[in-house]
Amino acid sequence: MAEPKVKYDRQLRIWGEQGQAALEKASICLLNCGPTGSETLKNLVLGGVGSITVVDGSKVEVGDLGNNFMVDESSVGESKAKCVCTFLQELNDAVKAKFIEDCPEELIETNPSFFSQFTLVIATQLVEDSMVKLDRICREANIILIFARSYGLMGLVRISVKEHTVIESKPDHFLDDLRLNNPWPELTRFTETIDLNTTDAVVQKHTPYIVILVKIAEEWANTHGGNLPSTREEKRQFKDLIKSKMITADEENYKEAMEASYKVFSPRGIGVSLQKIIDDSCTEVDSSSSDFWVMVAALKEFIANEGGGETPLEGSIPDMTSSTELYVNLQKTYQAKAEADFLVMEQRVRNLLKKIGRDPASISKANIKNFSKNARKLAVCRYRLIEEEFNSPVQSELQKYLTDEGHGTLQEANSVKVLPENTAAGLYILLRAADRFAVNYNKFPSEFDSEMDEDISRLKTTAVSLLNDLGCNSSTVSEDLINEMCRYGASELHVVSAFVGGVASQEVIKLITRQFIPMSGTFIFNGIDNNSQLLLL
Amino acid sequence: MADSIPQSRSRDLDKLLLRPGNLVGPTFEAGAQLRDDIKECVRVLVIGAGGLGCELLKDLAFSGFRNLEVIDMDRIEVTNLNRQFLFRLGDVGKPKAEVAAKRVMERVSGVDIKSHFCRIEDKPISFYNDFHIIVLGLDSIEARSYINSVACSFLEYDSDDNPQEESIKPMVDGGTEGFKGHARIIMPGVTPCFECTIWLFPPQVKFPLCTLAETPRTAAHCIEYAHLIKWDEAHSGKTFDPDDPEHMQWVYSEAVKRAELFGIPGVTYSLTQGVVKNIIPAIASTNAIISAACALETLKVVSGCSKTLTNYLTYNGVEGLHTKVTEFVRDKDCLVCGPGVLIELEASVTLKKFIDLLEDHPKLLLIRVSVTYRGKNLYMQAPPILEEMTRSNLDLPLFELMGKTPRDIVHVTGAAGKGDKKQSCSRKLRVVFKGMVGVTDMDMAGGA
Repeated sequence: MAEPKVKYDRQLRIWGEQGQAALEKASICLLNCGPTGSETLKNLVLGGVGSITVVDGSKVEVGDLGNNFMVDESSVGESKAKCVCTFLQELNDAVKAKFIEDCPEELIETNPSFFSQFTLVIATQLVEDSMVKLDRICREANIILIFARSYGLMGLVRISVKEHTVIESKPDHFLDDLRLNNPWPELTRFTETIDLNTTDAVVQKHTPYIVILVKIAEEWANTHGGNLPSTREEKRQFKDLIKSKMITADEENYKEAMEASYKVFSPRGIGVSLQKIIDDSCTEVDSSSSDFWVMVAALKEFIANEGGGETPLEGSIPDMTSSTELYVNLQKTYQAKAEADFLVMEQRVRNLLKKIGRDPASISKANIKNFSKNARKLAVCRYRLIEEEFNSPVQSELQKYLTDEGHGTLQEANSVKVLPENTAAGLYILLRAADRFAVNYNKFPSEFDSEMDEDISRLKTTAVSLLNDLGCNSSTVSEDLINEMCRYGASELHVVSAFVGGVASQEVIKLITRQFIPMSGTFIFNGIDNNSQLLLL
Repeated sequence: MADSIPQSRSRDLDKLLLRPGNLVGPTFEAGAQLRDDIKECVRVLVIGAGGLGCELLKDLAFSGFRNLEVIDMDRIEVTNLNRQFLFRLGDVGKPKAEVAAKRVMERVSGVDIKSHFCRIEDKPISFYNDFHIIVLGLDSIEARSYINSVACSFLEYDSDDNPQEESIKPMVDGGTEGFKGHARIIMPGVTPCFECTIWLFPPQVKFPLCTLAETPRTAAHCIEYAHLIKWDEAHSGKTFDPDDPEHMQWVYSEAVKRAELFGIPGVTYSLTQGVVKNIIPAIASTNAIISAACALETLKVVSGCSKTLTNYLTYNGVEGLHTKVTEFVRDKDCLVCGPGVLIELEASVTLKKFIDLLEDHPKLLLIRVSVTYRGKNLYMQAPPILEEMTRSNLDLPLFELMGKTPRDIVHVTGAAGKGDKKQSCSRKLRVVFKGMVGVTDMDMAGGA
C-alpha cells in the first residue's frame, strides 16, 4: 500500500487534510447503478470516501455492456449492484464497499429508516414520484440528498438538504483584507516609522504598497475633511498624488500602489451576502443551534462592538514588491491584529455557549480561529423540498426561463438552426412530462420503436397539461424539442452519464468537505449544444 | 414490451444514431449505416493518457468508436491514482498509454486501441493526418500548441482563400484545473485555432531573479532560490531532477534554511514539490465532466447527430456551478491556421538560403528547419539517415525542387519563439517566385 498522502497529493492541494478526513469519514449510499450512478461513485471512490453502499435490484443485461464500464461480458445475468461494487472496490481498497440487491423504489416505500445511516444519498435515475418520497425521508432524517438523472442528451442534478453552511468557501477572487480604507492603530503606527520622502533610492523602491497607500490616504484625508476619495475625479487626483511621489518611472512598488488604489476607495464594512447571514433569524441562538450559527451570532456581536463595523481581520497579505524586512514586519502586524480579533471572537463564542447552556469549550479553538479568518467568506445554502419545486415552482423564475423573447420557434440563421435560449427550461419541463407519461402509459415516450408518432403527440399533451398545472398556460415547448425528447427514448448514454455523474460527484465533494460552495437550484445539462442552465425554482 | 427482440449492446446509443431528429447537424443521416461507419471507418487519436485521456478512451469507446489510438510519453505515478481510474498501484512505472489502452479493451469488447509510448514530436507529421479527428487531453500549453500547428498544417485553402473542407482536421480540446475546466472544438479555418486565442492561456509568471536573490518575501521565493540559484552553486554541472526525491529533499532543506534566515513562514515539503514541479491540482470529477463533454462533441462532429458546441465551454464549480459557452472568433491573420505566411523569393534562391531566411523572418523566427513539399522531404534535420539523404538538396534552387511551380504551399517544421523559449512547431508557407506568377497562375490546391 502506497503512502495514502502521496496517492491523494493532487486533491490534498485543493481540500487539505481536513477535507480529506471528512471524505474518509463519509458513508455514501447510491441508488441505481446504471452508468450515471456508477460514474458518480467512481469519482468518489478514487478520491477515497469512507464507505459506499450500492443499491440496485436489477440484473446485468447485454444493453448495459454498451454504456456501463463497471460491468463486462461475464456479468450478464448477475446482480448489477454486485458487479459494480466489485469493480469500484478494485479502484481503491481503502474504501469499504458493499452492495444491496434491492429495488430502490421498494426500499423507499417499505424501509424509510434505511437511509438514516448514511452521510449522503445519491439517487440516480429515479422518477418524480420516488424522488419526492425519498426527499421527504431524507429531509426528516437530515441526510444530504443529491439527485442525478441522465435522459438522452439531457441531464439533471439537484441537491436537497435543509441547510448547508460553509466556512471555507475558498473563492477564487476575493478582495484582500488589507483595511487600507480603515487602518487600525498599530498599522498606522507601523507606517509612521517609514518616510515616503526618502532620498535613498533603495528604500524608495522597497516600500510596500500597503505602506504607500495608508500614508497617502492619510495625507488625502487630512486635506479633505477626513474623507477618502469617492468621485471619479477625486480618485484620479488620488492616483496623481501617488504618481507624484515617484522618483523614477521604474518603481514597481509605486506601480502596484496605483493598481491597488481601488482598495482605498472600496467601502468600509461588510458585504451584502455576509450582511444577509448576520441578519438571519438563526443568529438568535439557543441550545439547539449549530456551532456555525453560534459563531455567526458571536461574529454579529463582534462586528457591532470591537469590529466597529468590520469582521475579524483575515491576517494575510498578498506578495508585493518590498524589502524582506518590511514585508515580514508588515505580515506580523496583520497577523497580530488577526490574532487579537480571534481572541475577542473566542471569548464571545464561549460566553454565548455558556448563555445557551452548552459547554463553553464545546467549540474548539481551531474551529473558532478558522471561522474568524474566513468570516468575510461565509456561505449558507438552503434548498426547497423537491416536492415544493415540482408543485409550486417560483413562478417569476419559471416564466422567465420559458419566455421565448422572440425565439419561440427555432430561428434560421444562415440556414443553420440555432437553438432558442429557453432550451434548458424546455428540457426540464419535458423530463417531468416524460415521468407523467410513464405513469400513464407504463413506458417512457418512444422508449420502444413502436408507436413513435403517437408518443410524440401524447408527450405534447402531457407537457401542455403539466404547464397548465404549473400556472404557465401561456407557455409552450417547441415541437422540435418534444420530438427530440421522444427520440431519446429514455436512453442512458454513457457520455451524458459521465458528465452528469461528474457534476454530481463534484457537488458531493463540496458538500462533504464543507469547502467551496455547492450549486443552488436545479442544474439542467443540455447536451445538444452544451448551453446548460441552472434553474432557480 | 421488447422482450422478444434480442438486446443489442448499443441499445442506448442506437436511439441517438438510428432515429432521425430535428435538432441535428446538416450532415446527419440516421441509420445503421452511420453507426457501422463510426464503428468501422472512423479513426480517432487521443493525445494524452492521463486524467483526461483515461476518461476519453472509455467515453469514446462507449460512443461507438472502435478504432482508437492513444499517445503519451509518461509512465504511471502514485499521484495519478486519485483520478486516472484505469491505473492500479501495481501499474506504477508502466507506460500510461499501454496500460490505459489495455484496460479499456479488456472491458469494452470490440474496441481496438493502439498505444504509442512516445513524445508527440517523435511521430512524423503524416501520422497525425491519418485520423479523422484528434482529441486532446493535455496539461501543457506547448503540447497543445504543437498538435494545433500540426493539424492546421493539413489545412488547404482554395484560390479565394476559403478553407477546403476535406482538408480540415477537427480537434476537440479539454483542460482542467481543480474544480474548473474547459472544452472546445477547433475546426481549423472555420473556428479559432489554439493559436488564435492563445491569450486564453497566459504564460506562467516567473519570479524575478533579483527578488529571489535579494528580497525574498514568500515561502515560494525561498524554494525557487534553492531550486534555481543555490542548486547550481552547490552542484557544479549536475542537473536538477525534479523526480529524484533526494534532489527535492535537498531543495526543501535549503529553502527551510533560507526561510529561517529571513523569518519567512510556510515552507513545507509539499509546497516545495508544488512550486518546483509546477503542480496543477487535479481531481476525478472535473476530469470526468470535461472528458465527457469532449467525447460527446467528438461524436457530434463525426456523426452530426446533434448540434455542436460553438465553440468554447467553460465549467467552474468553485462557487456554485457556472457553465458558459463562448463563441470565439478566428484571428484572420493567424500564422498557424491562416492561409500561410507569404514568402516571396527569386527563382534562384537555394533551399539552404531559404532555410536561413526563415530564421530571420520576423513573423517566423524558425530554427532547425526541415522542409517538405507535397509530402516529399526536401530537407530533414533528423534522423541522421534522412538528413544525409536530403543534404544534397540544400544547394539546389527551391524553384527547381518544387518542379518549377510558380506559387505553392511549402510545409516546414522547426523550433520557433524568442530567446531561449523555443518550442517545436509546424508552419505553412505560401511560397511565390517573383516574376513567375501570372505566367501560369495555377490553382494552388489543384493537384493536392
